[in-house]
Amino acid sequence: MAFEPVLLKYINIENSEKMDFYLSHNGYEGAKKALSMDPKAVTEEVKASGLRGRGGAGFPTGLKWSFIPADKKPVYLSCNADESEPGTFKDRYILERDPHELLEGIIICCWAIQSNQAYIYIRGEFTLGAKIVNRAIKEAREKGYIGKNIFGKGFDLDVFVMRGAGAYICGEETAQLTSIEGSRGNPKLKPPFPAVVGLFGKPTIINNVETLANLPHIMNKGADWHKSFGTEKSPGFKIFSVSGHVKKPGNYEVPLGTPLREIIYEYAGGVLNDKKIKAVIPGGSSTPLITPDQLDITMDYESLQAAGSMLGSGAITVLDEDVCMVDAIWNLMRFYHHESCGQCTPCREGTGWLEKLVRRIKMGEGRKEDLDNILEICANMQGKTICVLSDAAAMPMKSYLNTFKHEFEAMIRD
Amino acid sequence: MSKQFSKEKMDEYEEILTHFPNKKAALLPTLRLVEEEFGYVDTEGCKLVADLLDLSPAYVYGVLTFYTHYNREWHGRYRIMVCATLMCALKDSLEIVEHIKKKLNIEIGERTADGKFSLEKVECLASCGTAPAIQINEDYYENLTPEKVDKILNDLK
Repeated sequence: MAFEPVLLKYINIENSEKMDFYLSHNGYEGAKKALSMDPKAVTEEVKASGLRGRGGAGFPTGLKWSFIPADKKPVYLSCNADESEPGTFKDRYILERDPHELLEGIIICCWAIQSNQAYIYIRGEFTLGAKIVNRAIKEAREKGYIGKNIFGKGFDLDVFVMRGAGAYICGEETAQLTSIEGSRGNPKLKPPFPAVVGLFGKPTIINNVETLANLPHIMNKGADWHKSFGTEKSPGFKIFSVSGHVKKPGNYEVPLGTPLREIIYEYAGGVLNDKKIKAVIPGGSSTPLITPDQLDITMDYESLQAAGSMLGSGAITVLDEDVCMVDAIWNLMRFYHHESCGQCTPCREGTGWLEKLVRRIKMGEGRKEDLDNILEICANMQGKTICVLSDAAAMPMKSYLNTFKHEFEAMIRD
Repeated sequence: MSKQFSKEKMDEYEEILTHFPNKKAALLPTLRLVEEEFGYVDTEGCKLVADLLDLSPAYVYGVLTFYTHYNREWHGRYRIMVCATLMCALKDSLEIVEHIKKKLNIEIGERTADGKFSLEKVECLASCGTAPAIQINEDYYENLTPEKVDKILNDLK
């Protein structure tokens, strides 16, 4: 536990959200450095750092930026602050407690991709976060860090807070863009990818809050410094949001590759009431379960993938021995059914059927064939829709059923 | 009588337009202005927004109803939104829902007779580390117990 937080270093200090405080800790030096460099060199530095997207997919950030075509203007940035994956509550702390770290990251990214317009898409419920970020934008405008001719470099940058309004799907990148365009948040088919045809038909980068918050530190300390943390393929550090049955739930920033056991037992204080763990959701509600015999797994993109799950957004939820897994997945299926945008039949109908089948089992009215039907519906939901919400529902459904089949069977009477 | 923005809100609306390449993109923020000015968005509010943005009222209504977070006519002066998703459910959020239902004598999706409170179950509020959580209007209340809920509701005037 020797790691000193980088991203969350100051969040518990009073006034950490103010410009004066940020400037007193080397604030905006990374942006100044970036703007003195060639934009391509900034992208190269981020590529070399190995930084991967912290929103869920883990795509290499610098590589994503390099897909922006050189001849298509304007270019947009959408900062994804929708934070909607159940279990995740990390970006909220950056928005509320260290908004300048995010704004500096946005400036660095916009310079690298030569974008003059950034939107911060903040989920509607985060009224406080939106207010604090807006105040920070005003402070940055007054300093000349946002607006016309920023840092006196002849580069203009506008940053606008776009408030969402309670739709999980708007955390999906193409849905987010559709929402900013003034529509229902329906995802769009890829390709074309947003980096080529995105917001208003123009090249667009969508980066998560935590991803962007890494950038000032990478610019200040260099790609090699970033790579000195974490593993070879998953460099750097990550904020893990720990919830559920632990003694000290909260956000813990650790190097990637830290064992799950250490995060649960050392950082989060162990299981509430010293009970046994039944299962752990390792990366947000969509990710397949990790079982107690797998607790020594290291938390990095590759290890989770090898275990058949995903690092996702880094949202760890601990389920103790008393949790009814049928109840737990019923809750999640209700969530995905509610949040399906309804565009694609496999998702719109599939999430509804799964919710109803699990409910029927829970109510003691399940039939023997229901379990096979659930798996067949899941198979018809995966890889058959415009976006991955359908997969995000089918993955945990299969995992809960396959891992805890006896609990489902015990509830089916005939 | 159709709804109109005050001079102050019109100025805010004009400012919002400067951040977008077209008017349609100002739809979500303009719906927020309607909320701020009139307390909620109804069909009259949709007409106002449609006229300003050169969209059809039906289109605006279609967008409005896709999203769950805008204040609507039926909501109370205090709109209670209880997180019902798994992470809060693991920390007994259903007990909180039942407690509020009993205390206010309303069901989910209802409003008290005096119009003061309305109750909704909502999906994850990103407050899983401080579960169970509720949102009332703009404010989050976290680490709740039935006793804490009593105090919170009693203190709302």
